[in-house]
Amino acid sequence: MRVAVIGCGAVGSLFAANLGTLDDVEVWAYDLWQEHVDAINATGLRLSGAGEVVGRVQATADPAALPPCELGIVATKSQHTSAAMAATAHAFEQGSVCSVQNGAGNEELVAEHVQRVIRGTTFPAGHVIEPGHVGWDTRGDTHIGPFEPSAAPMKDVIALADACTRAGMPTHALEDARGAQWRKLIFNAASNAIAALTGRTHGQVAEPPTRDLAWAVMAEGRAVADAQGITLDLSPEDLFDHAARRDVAYGHKPSMLQDVEAGRETEIDFLNGAIVAFGERHGVDAPLNRALTQLVKGKERA
Amino acid sequence: MAIERVCVIGAGVIGSLYAGHLARDLEVSVLTRRAEHAEALEADGLRISGKSDFTARVRATADPAELPEFDLGIVATKATQLEGAVAGLTGRFPGATLMTIQNGLGAEDLVRTRGDWPLLSAVTFMSGVRHTDTHVEYELDTETWLGPFAGTATYEQAQEVEALLVAAGLRARAFPDLRPAQWSKLIFNATVNTVSALTDLPHVGAFAARDREVDLGNLVHDLMDEGKTVAAAAGVALHEDPWEMNVHAVRRGETLAAQGHYAHVPSMLEDVRAGRPTEIDFITGALVREAAKHGVPVPLHTAMYRLVKARECA
Repeated sequence: MRVAVIGCGAVGSLFAANLGTLDDVEVWAYDLWQEHVDAINATGLRLSGAGEVVGRVQATADPAALPPCELGIVATKSQHTSAAMAATAHAFEQGSVCSVQNGAGNEELVAEHVQRVIRGTTFPAGHVIEPGHVGWDTRGDTHIGPFEPSAAPMKDVIALADACTRAGMPTHALEDARGAQWRKLIFNAASNAIAALTGRTHGQVAEPPTRDLAWAVMAEGRAVADAQGITLDLSPEDLFDHAARRDVAYGHKPSMLQDVEAGRETEIDFLNGAIVAFGERHGVDAPLNRALTQLVKGKERA
Repeated sequence: MAIERVCVIGAGVIGSLYAGHLARDLEVSVLTRRAEHAEALEADGLRISGKSDFTARVRATADPAELPEFDLGIVATKATQLEGAVAGLTGRFPGATLMTIQNGLGAEDLVRTRGDWPLLSAVTFMSGVRHTDTHVEYELDTETWLGPFAGTATYEQAQEVEALLVAAGLRARAFPDLRPAQWSKLIFNATVNTVSALTDLPHVGAFAARDREVDLGNLVHDLMDEGKTVAAAAGVALHEDPWEMNVHAVRRGETLAAQGHYAHVPSMLEDVRAGRPTEIDFITGALVREAAKHGVPVPLHTAMYRLVKARECA
């Protein structure tokens, strides 16, 4: 089986390196960072931290170099999904493509370029240490399922879940993966936007004076999920409190805070902005998520 | 009352602009927070540049016990430093009238706990830039609005202070009741200051942009609508529509920017950038408390209040 990882940053590298340890999977990675690509091709893709792995991966910054693949895993930042898929769609004419990106709205963008799409949500996290070397910070499960409007066949979903699980990335193939996706989206939207605006860590966001605000933001997300008929697999509020524990991720700076501190564009459109947009489509107003979106958009311009 | 002696309490940008202009014709004393600030003012005088250009002699001290008698006291501290500054006036200066110029609501009530002086409420739209302890640039030569507070002073007294400020080269306007103007500015400030403090944006064109749903101007508009609902419930007919004030200020800022001036940085953004406590409790906090008093839900201002409080701790 041939799998291509589109966007080989921290999360993409966790999938690529682990899959690159399997004998029956040929792994390709597409990324625009040439030094990273060269290092991967020279010495393999290395992970350290939660697991020590060196995977065999063929990396390229040239989309034309990608051969036809049975499966794709999209792990770019959400704001780069469209450009990356436009460049690489040719490799998936006969394949299924799974988004493991943050938030909601990426599968819709992937489906503009390929026919068979898989919805995905992943919890493992990492950070790039140097070209060819990624720190694996936290382990966690991945949930995948067919993206209804352009659904991949269930056998492809199962094949991807099986390969990832065998490679050390526990992955669940579900008929409906929306519950996991919206649980993580609701959690992320509250934690990321409030952290980005206040400069505080996840654990601090879960405390006064923003605790009630975080819960109100999550309640809006729940209402939007309800209106779509989505049953959350777990409680985002419980997840929020769990992550806020001192022995879990109290001091973690959510990625949107890291983005605004570095002056980068954020994923706000795919988090709070997506809750507002899906809410509008289903007749549910989400005024706090809208306000947070407007504020973060303003901060991106500052 | 014949006003010949003025005391300015608090020598930040706004206090310095009053002190400097008034000291050209009147006897002016200044109460500073820091002793070295007072010493510098005594030694060098107070230079005003920009829209005005002169250096004035003022008496200055950081010790309230050393303040000479005065007829008019202008309380120009930040709202966060008001309590400490007026503590030293407790029970003294019985013949004086005091004027509060703090942002938000509640300064007059706080001053009243220290003495039964007649009080004038004031809001100012002036702005400036502090270059040194003894040099302040007069940037926006906009008006100070003032009026009697809750029957403690008269409209005539307000008019007298208006005439004094105008004679000193400042712009001022007396009102029989300041609440409509005070609330217009309260809603304006509760919105513009918090949005600016959270986004890091000076008061620029984005605050009035409403082309797309995600544009910041929509949030500004929604926050102002919430504030207007509170004003209506409190029985205050606003003097000016805060949204119009916002659009006007943004356009004015764009004109100044085209002439090479910097965009106006609201004080709450200056405070969070400097890691200082903000005036959030007197501005948005006051609005949220008024809303609760009148049973008006203000979810957006409540959210802004919590976000700014959290940003203060970061």
